[in-house]
Amino acid sequence: MAVRVEHKDFDIGAEIAALTGGRTDIGAVVTFTGTVRGSAGDAPITSMTLEHYPGMTEAELARVEAEANARWPLSATLIVHRIGELHPGDNIVLVITASAHRHAAFEAAEFLMDYLKSRAPFWKKEARPDGSARWVDARETDTEAMQRWKSSAFEKG
Amino acid sequence: MRPAQDTPLHDTGASPAATLTLRYFAWVREKVGLAEERVTLPADVATVADLMSWLGQRGDTYAAAFARPEVIRTAIDHNHVRPDAAIGGAREIAFFPPVTGG
Repeated sequence: MAVRVEHKDFDIGAEIAALTGGRTDIGAVVTFTGTVRGSAGDAPITSMTLEHYPGMTEAELARVEAEANARWPLSATLIVHRIGELHPGDNIVLVITASAHRHAAFEAAEFLMDYLKSRAPFWKKEARPDGSARWVDARETDTEAMQRWKSSAFEKG
Repeated sequence: MRPAQDTPLHDTGASPAATLTLRYFAWVREKVGLAEERVTLPADVATVADLMSWLGQRGDTYAAAFARPEVIRTAIDHNHVRPDAAIGGAREIAFFPPVTGG
């Protein structure tokens, strides 16, 4: 289990190699990468700046990761989230889940992203070509995506 | 960037005039005009909702930031809480918009 919040880009191949190197108990590795879109609706964006709450971010990501490990038999997990100024096409977030079998890895990766998007204290501000900037609004669909895990068969007591 | 933080001499537990750190993020930070501050709360500020109401009366910038408390989220000591949460014993309370990471 590991959580990192950092400015620099990540190398997905290197992260997988670091997670699985020397291990023979892993039969499935799932990765999710979130990247910066070049537009918000119809409007192009020139950059996106990610602010976060140092201390709480790491604590919340660790809680989310621990919850995934409690729900699924995972061999390894990694969450990397970038902060600072990013540009269209840049990586934002990486989630890797490894398990003996694929179902746990697939489901845990989706769970981690749904929980991260609804709970981890990050905020995005988009800059437009005209020099204006606006905070991204939270999406109701992200909350709904998180809620379904509460009503699913995976919910614990 | 940040104001110097007071160092509590002793943790005296529940106190009628609690002093704690407030932190603001994203547009809440921009509207308040501060990233963090130390405040001493009146004894009748018992919940998160009470605190937002009290903050909203501290001046124009606070009034603008807390005009719609229902759209602001709160964390006490790095844990998400609801508006009816009691703030007794809190060391740090943060106010921010709904999160948009990932």
